[in-house]
Amino acid sequence: MHADPKGILTGVHFLDGDHACCEGTLAAGARFAAGYPITPSTEVVERFAARIPTVGGLFIQMEDELAASIAIQGAVWGGAKAFTVTSGPGFSLMMEHIGYAAITETPCVFVNVQRGGPSTGLPTLPAQADMMQARWGSHGDYGIIALCPNSPQECFDLTITGFNLSEEFRVPVMMMLDECVGHMTEKVIIPEADAIDVTPRRYTKRTPQEFRLFEPQADQVPDMVRAGEGYRFHVTGLTHDERGYPSMNVETQDRLVRRLQDKLKPMANGRALCDTADLDDAEVVVVSYGITSRVAQRAIKLARQQGVRAGKFRLISAWPFPAGRIAALAGRIKAFVVPELNLGQMVTEVERATAGRCKVVPVSHAGGSVHNPDVILKAIVEAAR
Amino acid sequence: MQLLTEIRIAGFGGQGVILAAAVIGKAAAIFQGGYATMTQSFGPEARGGSSSAQVILSTEPILYPYVARPDVLVVMSQEAFTRFAPELKPGGILVTEQELVRVDKYPAGVRAYGVPATRLAEELGRKVVLNIVMVGFFGAVTNLLDPDALRKAVADSVPPALQKLNLQAFDKGFEYGAMLMTRLAEDGEEETVATLESA
Repeated sequence: MHADPKGILTGVHFLDGDHACCEGTLAAGARFAAGYPITPSTEVVERFAARIPTVGGLFIQMEDELAASIAIQGAVWGGAKAFTVTSGPGFSLMMEHIGYAAITETPCVFVNVQRGGPSTGLPTLPAQADMMQARWGSHGDYGIIALCPNSPQECFDLTITGFNLSEEFRVPVMMMLDECVGHMTEKVIIPEADAIDVTPRRYTKRTPQEFRLFEPQADQVPDMVRAGEGYRFHVTGLTHDERGYPSMNVETQDRLVRRLQDKLKPMANGRALCDTADLDDAEVVVVSYGITSRVAQRAIKLARQQGVRAGKFRLISAWPFPAGRIAALAGRIKAFVVPELNLGQMVTEVERATAGRCKVVPVSHAGGSVHNPDVILKAIVEAAR
Repeated sequence: MQLLTEIRIAGFGGQGVILAAAVIGKAAAIFQGGYATMTQSFGPEARGGSSSAQVILSTEPILYPYVARPDVLVVMSQEAFTRFAPELKPGGILVTEQELVRVDKYPAGVRAYGVPATRLAEELGRKVVLNIVMVGFFGAVTNLLDPDALRKAVADSVPPALQKLNLQAFDKGFEYGAMLMTRLAEDGEEETVATLESA
């Protein structure tokens, strides 16, 4: 389905990542947002609040992040596409409701413009230290999708992708920006509406009599209903059966929770979004994401100039982690080098997928800036020895 | 446009430092078909007192987003000069608001150009356009970007009602810079004269 032209600011713009992300939400069809201001993410909803009256929709500044993260889910069940925006401390507060979105299979988007932590940390400076929290922050077993843009253009493009994936798989999608990408201004090209693909909500074709709220379809994802069209339904955070009613026994729990994870399997394998280059002859592969992938790209270039056969593996979708693709490389290279703006998060996934078949070298950075490319270069050169 | 030019613009909050940087970036990225990455200093000190922005211009996609040693430093306050002048690359260009910045000692090997941007803006009746006067002057003395591209970027970056005023401000700064460059070329001693001009 093509995007609704009402929300599309077609043209060539000079935008920062936060504003580009906002334009992405509008292009994707989001007509509701709720948020609580926090640096460095506020600009996303600041722009949304200014733009949405002309497009037709609503922004509510809520009393806190708990309220914001559940208001959007009410809007989704009411028929809107919706999102919230936050950074570290606010993301921590949203964890409860991320779990709620996971178990109720509410398609929605959480934008997290990462800053240095823990706690209040570095409000105005970048980090990538919420990557594990994005995956595991809420209690219980579930799955999510996390996307990592590395430029304002990707903040626009991937936000649309994020909304589309959330509708297709009915999962919360995490847009994992960082302060650097969020506050960096570059050229952003916004295409015509008919060049933007938007995934519509998967509404059931069944009658109210036949319809069951959580009956998995062929892809293990259930269909939704339009509120107010005669379907009676019950949405609960309790373990529920296919009808949506609480059913707290071992069998229902097993069936539901396994499906919440299994429905995302296609995203971990064939459909993982990865940007790769120079892998064919690579002896060292640099795995990176977000802003760090740009700095890493410079290091890879310098390494190649020095005769080290370095390759690029950029995680665009960091979750589900593309373990199969990393494993396939592990058998034929000397080492993975994993720079990230944290003390070692996604690198543990690389280690897990590699299972000891090649070296895995973390290049950690506690945040507050980005890596010096020379530090990554040094790690590449040493790993190649 | 050259392969890679790093620019830092700094001054007080409220002088329009960020908009000046955005105009330069937009000129390069949108109106001149190159690449530009702009980042702003978002340190706690940027809320209120000082303000600083960095722009990288390039003919190729820009990978590393921050500026460590700028080729061009544009300063509109004494504090900004004191803080950032030591970072300027040898052989770089220093552009000052000459009535707000007193330069006691020039970094070695630097070409320096000064403009009374605030006064020129006041002559137009609105002190707030001093940043656009600076952009015009920057365009003339650095010659990094096509003046037309800069002019279009100015027009594209301000509300329609303020376009005329801002374009006048741009032209005023540009003409001041162009005349200064002509005078320096005639005198033949570019660096010394430039130094005296802005001191």
